Amino acid sequence: MNTARKIALWLDDRLHLTALFTATAGHEVPANSGSWFYVFGSGTLLCFVIQVITGACLAFVYIPSTNEAYTSLEYLNHAQFLGWYLRAVHVWGSNFMVAIMTMHMIQVFLFGAYKYPRELTWVSGVFLLLFTLGMAFTGQVLRFDQDAYWGLSIGASITGRIPLIGAQMVHLLLAGPIIAGETLSRFFTFHVFLIPGLIIALISMHLRLVLTKGINEYPKPGDKVRRETYDAKYKEIIKTQGVPFVPDAIGKDLIFSGLLLIAILTCAAIFGPKGPLGVPDPTIVDTSPRPDFYFLSIFAALALLPAWMEVLILFGAPLVVLSLLLGLPFFDNTGEKSARTRPVAVLIVIVTVLVLGVLTYMGETSPWSPHMTAWSENPIPVAYLRHRTPLQLRGAAFLQNKQCRNCHALGGVGGERGPALDDVATRLTADEMVRQIIQGGGNMPAYGKKLSPAEVEAIVSFMQTLRPNYRPAALVSTNPEIRK
Amino acid sequence: MSEPRHESESYESGELVNIEPTATPTRRLWLAWVGSGLNAIAGLLFAIPLVGFVFSSFVTRRDPRAWISLGPLENFPEKQTRLATYRNPFTRPWDGQTANIPCWVRHADGNQFQVFAINCTHLGCPVRWFSESGLFMCPCHGGVYYEDGSRAAGPPPRGLYQYDYKVENGQLWVKGGQMPTLANPV
Repeated sequence: MNTARKIALWLDDRLHLTALFTATAGHEVPANSGSWFYVFGSGTLLCFVIQVITGACLAFVYIPSTNEAYTSLEYLNHAQFLGWYLRAVHVWGSNFMVAIMTMHMIQVFLFGAYKYPRELTWVSGVFLLLFTLGMAFTGQVLRFDQDAYWGLSIGASITGRIPLIGAQMVHLLLAGPIIAGETLSRFFTFHVFLIPGLIIALISMHLRLVLTKGINEYPKPGDKVRRETYDAKYKEIIKTQGVPFVPDAIGKDLIFSGLLLIAILTCAAIFGPKGPLGVPDPTIVDTSPRPDFYFLSIFAALALLPAWMEVLILFGAPLVVLSLLLGLPFFDNTGEKSARTRPVAVLIVIVTVLVLGVLTYMGETSPWSPHMTAWSENPIPVAYLRHRTPLQLRGAAFLQNKQCRNCHALGGVGGERGPALDDVATRLTADEMVRQIIQGGGNMPAYGKKLSPAEVEAIVSFMQTLRPNYRPAALVSTNPEIRK
Repeated sequence: MSEPRHESESYESGELVNIEPTATPTRRLWLAWVGSGLNAIAGLLFAIPLVGFVFSSFVTRRDPRAWISLGPLENFPEKQTRLATYRNPFTRPWDGQTANIPCWVRHADGNQFQVFAINCTHLGCPVRWFSESGLFMCPCHGGVYYEDGSRAAGPPPRGLYQYDYKVENGQLWVKGGQMPTLANPV
């Protein structure tokens, strides 16, 4: 026996490495679980490791004080060697982490992997998802710019709607009566110490459950899970088709992880870090706060919900969604696993992805927000001003100066809060226009106090000309022309 | 260990690890009980300052608001609405510019003022003033308010929050210091 082998055997005897290996990385898994569909869990774990490493690096420089945070981010971007790149990898790591984790969850859901006996693996995964979203929100606050400041303001306003203890909860969230003092330190602590600690603990549990309860075998249609027989069946699968995870089943995980890491590094190199976008000075009120994309769907929902539903949805929906997610493995504990025989499961995934996707898109475009500068920077298309009477031209000027364009587009430019006015004369008669302008309604403010009768008359006379291609003007139903 | 470990082969069989002491070493058992009790007491003693520290805002709760001057009345011409800023009375040395809080001051006429919080009552975004149309507009979800702060359109559940104000020594004072929310209007 040569010396090297002796040393290796001695180390193994003292450290029990072989035993550790066979119990963990080398544990037997069903051969068919070495599938391209099973790579998202390890991918999520890789993202988390990247976040921990880059996060620790950023914490070397970042200063969690409201006065210094922005400057230290700028320092990271421009002065610290490769600081911009580490920030970029951190933000892209988080984007990919949320994306890959979502894919992991969809895969587990479609493959019925949450069913007996892996209920708690799913439950721990649901909490991991929650904590990851918690990291996304607190991380967005640490990027202490205008969006972060007003994001906190939105967070406090939502918290303030909690019945009975709203005021106390706002105080607890902000660590004070207003965004100042300890607010940022609080979010720093959550982002850097508390939530990562909880995530590491939960990952340990999640992985241990994967070891003890085994990874889900690739489901076959018609292969139903029964509590009485599943354990014996799984044991049999391992006995007949079991292969050690390392090295037999890890290949695809490794390839996916490698590509994932390269993708993150490439995105970071090409697109760079996110922000900081504007000095966190609340007195700069010309700002349009937007959350990061993970929360754009919620942001959009809050613009579109009717007012009476808001509190109900704000606090009821998370409770319902959480109960459904946590309860899923218990009320759907047995039966078919394969997505081919579970059309409802497939439908749930499609509908959820579509709803979140559409809401995120709407949050990105925000058609409900007035275009604050449309009145001063988007002139009325020249075609709408040709061959107009002086009164109509005065009306066009009023329409522009009274900031109607902030909510109403002309020629495709301007706000989308209200309807575009290009063909308004085909929809409204002059009387209806006067009424709408003076009294408002249908989400339009009333301008009766702000416009003189002469101004209203001018605006209406201009709007009466807005009917493209000589389409007929709107008529009232009492008009004798229609009665005929 | 070629076979994966299935610790609960079947939970119905109820094969759990036996943690009952095998013999009856009463002294050892007594020590374990005393040790556990001692740690429970020590843990409680530890928990009291911890909980007190973390939830201190509930213990030392006082009105954070104070009267602050927004400047001389000449800054706020009659029939106009202007942006004013003040240094938040609740502040720490490391706050920097974050403690500068904006608000909209409307001088209606004579000694009649309205001082509106910047925060939209819907979700707290900063509203902007448009003098030509006499409206406040919110950039987040399209909330709109009239010049007197009342709700005009969009999702806000109420009009703009208004500060208490007073006119003293030719200056306009407001009572500021906390973030206005539906639970805690200024």
